[in-house]
Order: sequence, then C-alpha cells, then structure tokens
Amino acid sequence: MTLAVLPILLPVLMMIIHLLIRKESVAAISGITGSILLLVSSGFIAREVLGGNYLSLVAGGWDAPFGISIVIDPMSALFLVISSVIVLSISIFALRLPERKTRLTRFYFFFFALILGINGAFITGDIFNLYVWFEVMLLSSFVLITLGFSKDQMRAGIKYMALNLIGSLFFLAGIGLLYGKTGTLNMAHLAEILMHDDQSILINSSAMLFFLAFGIKAAVFPLYFWLPASYHTPDITVTSLFAGILTKVGVYAMIRFFTLFFVQDPLFWHNLLFVIAGFTMLAGGMAAISRYETRKILSYHIISQIGYMIMGLAIFTPLGVAGAIFFTLHNMLAKTNAFVVSGLINRMRGSYSLKEVGGLFRESPLLATLFIIPAFALAGIPPLSGFFAKFILIKAGFQGGHYWITGIAVLTGLMTLYSMIKIWNEAFLKKVPEPRIKQETRSLSFVDILPSVILGTATLLMGVFAASMVDLSLQAGDALLDPVHYIESVLSK
Amino acid sequence: MEVLLAILVGVLYTAGVYMLLRRSILKFIVGIIFLSNATNLLVFLAAGLVPGQPVFLESSGSAVRELADPLPQALVLTAVVIGFGIVVYLLAVKYRLFNETQTDDLDQLKPTEED
Repeated sequence: MTLAVLPILLPVLMMIIHLLIRKESVAAISGITGSILLLVSSGFIAREVLGGNYLSLVAGGWDAPFGISIVIDPMSALFLVISSVIVLSISIFALRLPERKTRLTRFYFFFFALILGINGAFITGDIFNLYVWFEVMLLSSFVLITLGFSKDQMRAGIKYMALNLIGSLFFLAGIGLLYGKTGTLNMAHLAEILMHDDQSILINSSAMLFFLAFGIKAAVFPLYFWLPASYHTPDITVTSLFAGILTKVGVYAMIRFFTLFFVQDPLFWHNLLFVIAGFTMLAGGMAAISRYETRKILSYHIISQIGYMIMGLAIFTPLGVAGAIFFTLHNMLAKTNAFVVSGLINRMRGSYSLKEVGGLFRESPLLATLFIIPAFALAGIPPLSGFFAKFILIKAGFQGGHYWITGIAVLTGLMTLYSMIKIWNEAFLKKVPEPRIKQETRSLSFVDILPSVILGTATLLMGVFAASMVDLSLQAGDALLDPVHYIESVLSK
Repeated sequence: MEVLLAILVGVLYTAGVYMLLRRSILKFIVGIIFLSNATNLLVFLAAGLVPGQPVFLESSGSAVRELADPLPQALVLTAVVIGFGIVVYLLAVKYRLFNETQTDDLDQLKPTEED
C-alpha cells in the first residue's frame, strides 16, 4: 500500500535534490528523470486502481476517520496519469527557459513543489488536507508566476494572488463550518454522515463556500477575471503548465465534493451548475474570438472549456460525469500542447501577436502538424479525443433532456473551431507581414519540439483508443455516483 | 464568550473587506491579514468552545465531564502558519514592485497590456 504515497513522496525528494544541485546541466537531467519516475509510478498506481483495488492509506497510525487518509479511486488515478504526462513534457520544455533570467535549479524546485500540491490534492481523502495541498500549490504558483520579477509579472501576480487568496479563505471557512456541523474532516466519513442527513439547508451554507472557493480556482463564469489578467505574463513554460493543470484541480475538487457529499439539494445545485456552465462557455468563447494574441485567445479558451466540465457534472448521470472526466483529461493534454506550440511560434518569430507572425506553414510543416493536433482536438474534429469527449457530453445532455445547455455546448464548439482557424490562418497560412521589425527566423531543434510531440502523441492515443478511455471514464463516473466502494475502502480498515 | 467572538469575527470580516476595496496594495495586504484571522477565528468558533477542560482522559481511564476538541486548534495553527507564509511572500512582491514603479496605488499601475 506504500505505492499510494509515491505521487507526493517523489516530488518532495526532487525538491530536496534541487536544493542541493548547483549545476544547470545536472539539474536538467535530474528534473527530467524525476518526471519520468513520476509518470512510471502513476502508471503503476493506475493499473492497480483501475483493476478494482482502491489504494488507501491512513497516515500516522491513526485509524480511518481520525488520521489523514489518502485514497486513490479511478478518477484520482486517471488525473494522476494525465498530469504526469504533462509534467514530463513541461520538464523538457523548461530546458529552453531564458538562461540568464531564470536558473533551472530554482525553477525545478518550485515546479516540483507545485506538482506536490497538485498530486496531493488528487489523492487526499481529507478536506483539511486538501486545503493544505491547495495552499502548497498556490504558494508555489505565486512564485512561478512572478519568476522573472518583471513589472508586468508582478502586476499580474498581484491580481492572481488577490482572488486566489480570497478563494482559499472561503475554502477554510467552509471547512470550519462543515466540521462544526458534522465533527469530521474525512471525506468518506463525511459522505457516510451526510448520506443519511436531510437537513440540507444547514449544509448548503458550507457547500456554497466550497463552491465559491473551487469556482475561483477553476475560473468559472463570474469568478474568472484573474485568469486572463495573469496567464499571459509569465514565461510560456509556466503558462503551459498552469493552463494544463491548475484550473483542472479546481474542477477535480468540485466534481469530488458535489458527487461525494453535497448531494442533498440537487434541484438547487444542479440548476445553479447549469447556469454557471452555460455562462462560462459563452463568456470564454466570445472573449476568445475577439483577441489577437495567441496566449490571450488560449487563456479565454481555458475558461470556455471549463464550462463543459461543469456541464457534465451538472447533468449528473453516469454518462454525464464520465463525459466531464473524459473532457477534463483530454483538455489538460490538448490545452497544454496548444500553449507549448504558441511558445514555439514565439521562439521562431519572436512574437505572440497574430498580426506580427505568418508564413509558418511554408517554413515549418512540422510545427503546423504539431499545432493541428491540439487545435483540432480542442475544436472536436472526429478522429481526435475532443470529438469523443464532446460527443459523450452532448449525448448525456440530450438523454437528460437538457436541451438549452446542449445547444450552448454545440455553439461554443463552433466558436472554438473559429478561434483555432483564426490562429491557423494568421500564423500559418498568411504571408509574412511586410513591415517586420525584427528579422527573427530561428529554426527549431529536436529538444524544442519534443514536449509537443509527447503531448500530441498522448492526444492521438486518447483518440485512437477512445473506446477504452470511455470505459475507464465510465468506471470512474460510476464510482463517483455510487460512492459505497470509496467509503468502504477508507472506513473498513 | 461565543457571542463576543462572533462579533469579533464579524468586525474583522468587515474591516478586511473594506481594506480589500482600497486602492493601495499595502492596505490590500492588511485586508488579507484581517480576513485570514477572521477565518481562523471562525473555524475555531464553529467547532465549539469548551473552556477549561482537558483534551484527554484521566490516567485512570475515567472520562472527565466534557472533553475539549483539540482538532480545531491544530487546524487553526496550520492555517495561521500558511497565512503567515503567504503574507510574507506578498510583502516581498509588494516591495519589489514598489522599487520598480515607486507607487503603491493600484490605479497608477498601468493595466497589463491589452491587445
């Protein structure tokens, strides 16, 4: 059962190692090796958990509802694997950080601290422990987002911190009130208590605090303003990592909480989630259309895609929740990849603005291919993962009779396609704009494109083996909606 | 005691929100400190106050009348430490930003470049 601690033990080890290492070349090797180990260990965990054995562990020798428990159920396992793929590709992408400004040893230290928080959030079975992991994640992301200490970065960093700190305080207040009402912090124990509880009015106050906290993290409709204000300032390495994983941890927590224990008042919560999901999709999609800077287009895109995930949760059938999980996994890979490719465009042309780049198709057909994979996956073109994800969500929406939200989802799909075609036309097909100020045409080396190749391959595999991915997501969705097995695996020790 | 603490929590939340809405970054940080302390007290209060009682059994094994719950104290302690770390980092960023821009006013800072 010690396998369950590897996702948090390995990052801690890597943090210590990178405190000691001074040479950049050694740091590069150890950082990438650490990420590979992380991927291998989460692969083993996933094989174990998806085979039907939930991994659970109670820290410190205290029995289940009292000690801090670690539980890995199918949803946690899937999230762990996909985030490890992203971690591996970003650890390679980081080799091209601007050398003089950022030292690789320092970057990897905070990088693994962030991974520690993310993995901890995925595997913990205790709500206060989840808060602690969120704070670990938050603090290291503060450092990463202001890594160069440029004026823009600090300005954006303060905006990012402001809302995220308020979110954390909501989270803590929610924990306090919930503990006051139930007397436990263990998720499985809470689920058991609240399952037989019909005083939904009393629980709703804490549920709303949690909803606001996770809503801020996940950047849903009225709470998303920190994201586009800050995601375009840090180095593209950091932005790609954040875009792929950070908001999805919020989504993960929301799915976990609203399937496991806040299920007393479905009429209110599911309608609220539907409204939020619809507005999130539309607001993000429309804002993305109006921008001409790749990072901004993609940032608004993160928001519109979060809407799909919330929609799957709100439908609340096994198919809907499975769709939300599949969509999140697909989106983590494709979104990171899209940001990585925009970084590559910037490396070749020295600009993120679509008005200043062009002619890349002729110059680098390989880069065009690398862009096509995540772009078509995000837009939902058939052989790729995004198609199956959207198909499941829309099917679940029709089956549940939620026609409005399904219509909005289809419309947002069109907007996504439009934004992707815009980047394609402007950056790849258009001729190089005439008044080029900087004559930068650097070519790309193998190390430059490797991260995108890894992510693109993962996206392709998700599309090719869509049937088994759907089965796995359905397994995770069923486990969420019927948490008996989850509760047993923690409490019956 | 509960009533007093509840009023204090309310006052701290009010002061914190008021400070957050100021334009100065330093006042914003003070607001965060107020809010985090208010939240810590809220957690402490919500878990129930049992004054003057131990958190363990007598050595003979007989329970005293009522046990105090040690868990909220542990939670608050953790939260205080985390909040402290965050405030220190915020102050460091604020200091660097002030050195670069010579202003503490959020309105004086140009918005991050729009496209």
